[in-house]
Amino acid sequence: MSDHFPSATNSVETAGYTRRSWHLAAIYVLGAIMGLALAIPTILYLFIPPRQRRRSQWIDAGDVSQLTPGSPVEMSFQEGRIDGWRVITEKKTAWVVKEANNQIVAFGPQCTHLGCAYHWDNGSKKFACPCHSSFFSIEGQVLAGPAPRPLDRYATRIENNRLQIGQLKRSASA
Amino acid sequence: MRQKFHQVIEAIDDRTGLHTGLRKFLYEEIPASSGWHQVFGSVALFLILIQFFTGIILAFNYAPTPGEAYNSLRYILTEVTAGRLMRGLHHWGASMIIVVVVLHMVQVFLWGAYKKPREGTWIAGVVLLLLTLAYGLTGYLLPWDNRAYWGTVVTTQIGATVPLAGPYVTQLLASAGGIGAVTFARFFALHVLLLPPATLLLIALHVYLVRRHGVAPALEDELKPKKSFYPEQVFKDTVAVFIAFAILFIMAIAVRVPLERVADPTDTSYIPRPEWYFLFLFQTLKVFEGPLEVVGTVVLPTLAILALIAAPFIDRSRLVRVRQRTLAIGIVVLAGLGWAGLTAAAIRSTPPQTAAALIDFSGPTQWMQLTPAQLNGVGFYRQEKCGECHNVTGGTPKQGPNLLGAARRHDDAWLIAHFKQPSGAAMPPVHLTDAQLKDLVALIKVMTPDNGDVIDTAPDFAVEGAMLYQKSFCGGCHAVNGEGGKMGPALNGLATRRTEAWVVEHFENPRKMSPGTPMPAYPFARPDMQNMVSYLFTLPDKAP
Repeated sequence: MSDHFPSATNSVETAGYTRRSWHLAAIYVLGAIMGLALAIPTILYLFIPPRQRRRSQWIDAGDVSQLTPGSPVEMSFQEGRIDGWRVITEKKTAWVVKEANNQIVAFGPQCTHLGCAYHWDNGSKKFACPCHSSFFSIEGQVLAGPAPRPLDRYATRIENNRLQIGQLKRSASA
Repeated sequence: MRQKFHQVIEAIDDRTGLHTGLRKFLYEEIPASSGWHQVFGSVALFLILIQFFTGIILAFNYAPTPGEAYNSLRYILTEVTAGRLMRGLHHWGASMIIVVVVLHMVQVFLWGAYKKPREGTWIAGVVLLLLTLAYGLTGYLLPWDNRAYWGTVVTTQIGATVPLAGPYVTQLLASAGGIGAVTFARFFALHVLLLPPATLLLIALHVYLVRRHGVAPALEDELKPKKSFYPEQVFKDTVAVFIAFAILFIMAIAVRVPLERVADPTDTSYIPRPEWYFLFLFQTLKVFEGPLEVVGTVVLPTLAILALIAAPFIDRSRLVRVRQRTLAIGIVVLAGLGWAGLTAAAIRSTPPQTAAALIDFSGPTQWMQLTPAQLNGVGFYRQEKCGECHNVTGGTPKQGPNLLGAARRHDDAWLIAHFKQPSGAAMPPVHLTDAQLKDLVALIKVMTPDNGDVIDTAPDFAVEGAMLYQKSFCGGCHAVNGEGGKMGPALNGLATRRTEAWVVEHFENPRKMSPGTPMPAYPFARPDMQNMVSYLFTLPDKAP
């Protein structure tokens, strides 16, 4: 057919082709705009942490006047934690050590390897983790095992011989 | 590169048939007359997918139990980034689906596209319309605010009036003794577990039948060559979808969907009202009273649904041009006018909701914690235009000092003396009585960076109410938010104990309402009375 009416068919075909590609472009552009208008808020919704409500900074953990240097004590305290739309009170613990200079240190209760609860071994004078045999010194330094960094420490302050516990700070890698 | 791409496509197609299937779907031949009037089906499908998507996204932060539902939705609205947008899309998307589905139906009806052999497609469409309404009814309860609760109370009670089936409906919705955890669970399960797969199945059936019979041709199509669905019609559908999406997106951002007070089964002053698309039914109910009630609740809706289903069997006439379908056009116009008339009548005849009921609890509500004296201070703060020269929270620095800092540095006596005779030359003296200045100081002293916005967010009626409360020395006998006298009852929780009408009458004639009371009458003028009562009804149930 095109052999007989080359020019006419060509122009119709070109017009049809331009129209078609214009339609395709519009479909893709409009689709992309709508996709982005949904995807961006969704990413914000899922990945931006929600606005935090204020909460009290220091929690009373108990009397520390009776502590003796060299023997850590596990102390427990109640912490109000914001869990989404709820505020829940959780029992939390800290390993509290009185250092030689009477400074008080409170370690987070989880091993820095995989989060197991460790305990103080009075015989060997080490913190021992039962899961993968990590050992920490009384200063929280790694002595042996797979633990990648020293024990995490809580911010602490002492008021009238009572220990007040603040945020848990992640220790720097050794 | 291009060749590689085609090889990959072909290899996948050999194994799955995906590409061939897609091509077959897209290059479907449609009649020459197809065009812009047939876009509504695609728009409806798109909007349903938006509802599925936003519904899942909301469910990521939603706890489907009474009470928790409310708190988690409030969390989505106030704390989660883009949460308000997602809820807005879901809320307005629901309304928009109703509009688009009805437009789709009207188009099919006007063009006579439901005629033989397309009766099945039409009936599947009618069932999809009913499912859409079922989403609206069940989703209405899920925010668990007063609006949700009281609207659903009416819905379930209508269900209970169905002859014979009524007790079973009540049993199924667990609504015999009122609405609680069980009804909520049932509504949630219907809304998110039963309805979506049912919708998907019916949409699949509906689209399959459309494809099986082909898009309905018009009279003039007989001699014209067919055209391809893709890309021309897909382009038109996409433009229509885009317009719908743009409107929906703008509404979700611009029109705030409020969250009312948490569902309160003891609230006797709340005026339940259904979603706008059910208002016409709501109005129909008012016509039929007593034993005839069942006509409005069951008989008429059932007849309407049966008429819709029967339409293709009643109308067996030959295919004619749209303009010649005068009867069909007449039915649509009459139905539209009837719907609009009933809806308008329903809106006009419903008394306005009280100011206290309309407070948006997804907005700042810190002002509710203030004592009447502090709220009175907000009134004077605004009246004396303190905000023109002073900031409370951040913002562009103004001529005067930030009041949070000032309140920390100075004591009450200093502040009062300062108001009377300002130490800085720029500030004019504040002409208020000592008692009024004391309230202004009480406000300034209680403000923190957290609640400093009370100055802007406390609604006028509450401030006016608190000013009247102070002027009338109500605090001499009554306590509000822990401050005031003990001779009369504390006023927190008044909304759960009394109706607004009762309180108004009590102000006007205390002895009649509670015999033996030492309270004198306070016959406030109409706007004052309204402000006072609305203010008292917004107080927290328990003093903070």
